[in-house]
Amino acid sequence: MGKKEIKKERIPVPERPAEERIKDFKEVKLGYTPELAIEEAKRCIQCPTAPCVEGCPVRVPIPQFIKLIAEGKFVEAARKIKEENILPSICGRVCPQEDQCEKVCVIGKIGQPVNIGGLEAFAGDYEARMGSEKIEKAEPTGKKVAIVGSGPGGITCAVDLAKLGHSVTIFEALHEPGGVLIYGIPEFRLPNEIVHRELEALKELGVEIKLNCVIGKTKTLEELRREFDAVFIASGAGLPYMLNIEGLNLNGVYSANEFLTRVNLMGAYRFPEYDTPVFAGKRLAVIGGGNTAMDVARTAKRLKGVEEVYIIYRRSEKEMPARVEEIHHAKEEGVIFKTLTNPVKFIGENGWLKGIECVRMELSEPDESGRRRPVPIEGSNFVIDVETVVLAIGQGPNPIVMEGVEGLEIGKWGQIIVDPETCQTSLEGVFAGGDVIHGGSTVIQAMGDARKAAAAIHEYLLEK
Amino acid sequence: MYRIVKKRELAENVDEFVIEAPEIAQKAKPGQFVIIRISKKGERIPLTIAEKDPEFGTITLMVQRVGKTTFHLSCFEEEHIIPDVVGPLGKPTHIEKWGHVVCIGGGLGLAPIHHIAQGVKEAGNEITTIMGFRRKDLVFWEDKMKLLSDKVIVTTNDGSYGMKGLVTDALQKLIDDGVKIDMVITAGPVPMMKAVAELTKKYEIPTVASLNPIMVDGTGMCGACRVTVDGEVKFACVDGPEFDAHKVDFDELINRLNMFKTLEAEALKMFQKKHCGCGKE
Repeated sequence: MGKKEIKKERIPVPERPAEERIKDFKEVKLGYTPELAIEEAKRCIQCPTAPCVEGCPVRVPIPQFIKLIAEGKFVEAARKIKEENILPSICGRVCPQEDQCEKVCVIGKIGQPVNIGGLEAFAGDYEARMGSEKIEKAEPTGKKVAIVGSGPGGITCAVDLAKLGHSVTIFEALHEPGGVLIYGIPEFRLPNEIVHRELEALKELGVEIKLNCVIGKTKTLEELRREFDAVFIASGAGLPYMLNIEGLNLNGVYSANEFLTRVNLMGAYRFPEYDTPVFAGKRLAVIGGGNTAMDVARTAKRLKGVEEVYIIYRRSEKEMPARVEEIHHAKEEGVIFKTLTNPVKFIGENGWLKGIECVRMELSEPDESGRRRPVPIEGSNFVIDVETVVLAIGQGPNPIVMEGVEGLEIGKWGQIIVDPETCQTSLEGVFAGGDVIHGGSTVIQAMGDARKAAAAIHEYLLEK
Repeated sequence: MYRIVKKRELAENVDEFVIEAPEIAQKAKPGQFVIIRISKKGERIPLTIAEKDPEFGTITLMVQRVGKTTFHLSCFEEEHIIPDVVGPLGKPTHIEKWGHVVCIGGGLGLAPIHHIAQGVKEAGNEITTIMGFRRKDLVFWEDKMKLLSDKVIVTTNDGSYGMKGLVTDALQKLIDDGVKIDMVITAGPVPMMKAVAELTKKYEIPTVASLNPIMVDGTGMCGACRVTVDGEVKFACVDGPEFDAHKVDFDELINRLNMFKTLEAEALKMFQKKHCGCGKE
């Protein structure tokens, strides 16, 4: 047999056409069929170095699970992934694979990298339909761990520790678990149903989730330290940055967190069947160029009565931090990009937003982040008429958790300082990971931190 | 799960609920509030803690029927379970021994005022309470405020009970009578708080107002509740809800409370169409 020919092009994941999908909140990607998944899995050359595993913050055994898919053993593939990552259906959908596992895929050097994310989601979804297997659990150790926040970091840490036999309780401030997976990422990218389904694994492991419990208010961190043997803080970055320009408090100006929480968590797109309203005029602008900005723009496109949606970004498209795929989806759905544009003032009439005064920008020398610094072009001001604007310019850690806590080292933008090796904070027995230590980052980053923290917490508990 | 232990109608369209919430009852301090959600498809609404009983693990909430959620809540009887109650939220009232404190509550504003007055009394202050209502049959909790206060003045707009006029008329009279006032704390409809602030500013009496903007999460993650205080943007749910009344932009607050008015009216209309006899109108 001669050398196998490598297929350079990846098998595309079937998607719903843009005209159809912008009418609802159902998932855009239809996912691989078993036939397509096998075909794509066969593109993996099973290279012995497997740089993809190194590229994955939780080190999913990628070549192994892909081999199982190529052999048609889909359930086995999912279980292989779950040895390292219990949320394949979620990570397969929301990880920025192009910056992680797929970035270093060997096939990527001569063609398109293997669609690892697409295959991961396929395996997770397939197994879920077949019924998941019971997760193995060690003998109870008698140690109790408290986790603050039920987002991706909290979930991952809870699973790792529960598997090791520790008793885990998660404290969640909102009325539903999932963190950003529920309130932030829209249903057309990650259906809430999938999040609920993958969270079932927590119940099976005996992890208790206490909802409506705000650490710092309902209970303090000090109380958790007294009642538990260790604490992991994964409270995320739930403090929206505001653009402090004139007109910020006009009616029609939202933070991305408010807009997305109303629509995703509270179901405002189904108003008045659901009680939470969301006001959006005919024309809506999103300020920012990250994934959150794309989520907001695409969400807005799907709301009744919204006709035109703009992305306003001060740099050029090349500098946008959003995933290429998201930018592509947004464009397909008719979002209008206004790059090299910066808002200077929100214009109102009788208290309601009527337009945004913007200035055109040009790029000069790169700044410390390596991106070219945008500078305003004098006298280039112009007005974009909109009734709604959503600020998606980033967020920082919410300080409530740290309220009244002494001795916890906090950085200059409110982040908790940890030892990068162990995720341990300056307080004994208290660990932290995810956005609360990095600021706005990714789901998989939070999961990678959580995994590291879980190992360190386990070690700490054994020595205690 | 949060059980309704006691419910009674205080006045037309105003209900009082005593709810089982032991953790919140333990922690709640004057000035703090909770966010509740009453059904699976429900919205999150903020309500001030009017009273707490840590021993029995209950908190008392006062609810005025103004929209779909509050009308729906008024259909709930004792033993009914409210799925989500989260709190205590917000900063507790800053309380010290000032001397003579005038507490001014308009209508539902009595909820924060009652709890705050408890704290103010504990700190050893003399209290005069001014309670404002539109007319006699809307008056409630006069007995409770009398227990806490050295003096209670009830005003009604039409003079059908107590002093005729607005709370500011009663306050003006105290000032005119030469009563020494060291601090004013006010809660109620925004135009009322604004009028109180304007009056006390003239006489340079320190004044604190408990604000009531629109909220979603109540934990500082969205900024729906933002207000301008002294030219700066503050989130009422974490930086407040109480602020120096002389520095609050009340006109902006009034405007922002109207943001969802049309949609709110639509939701209420639909609800009342479906629930005849339940909407209590």
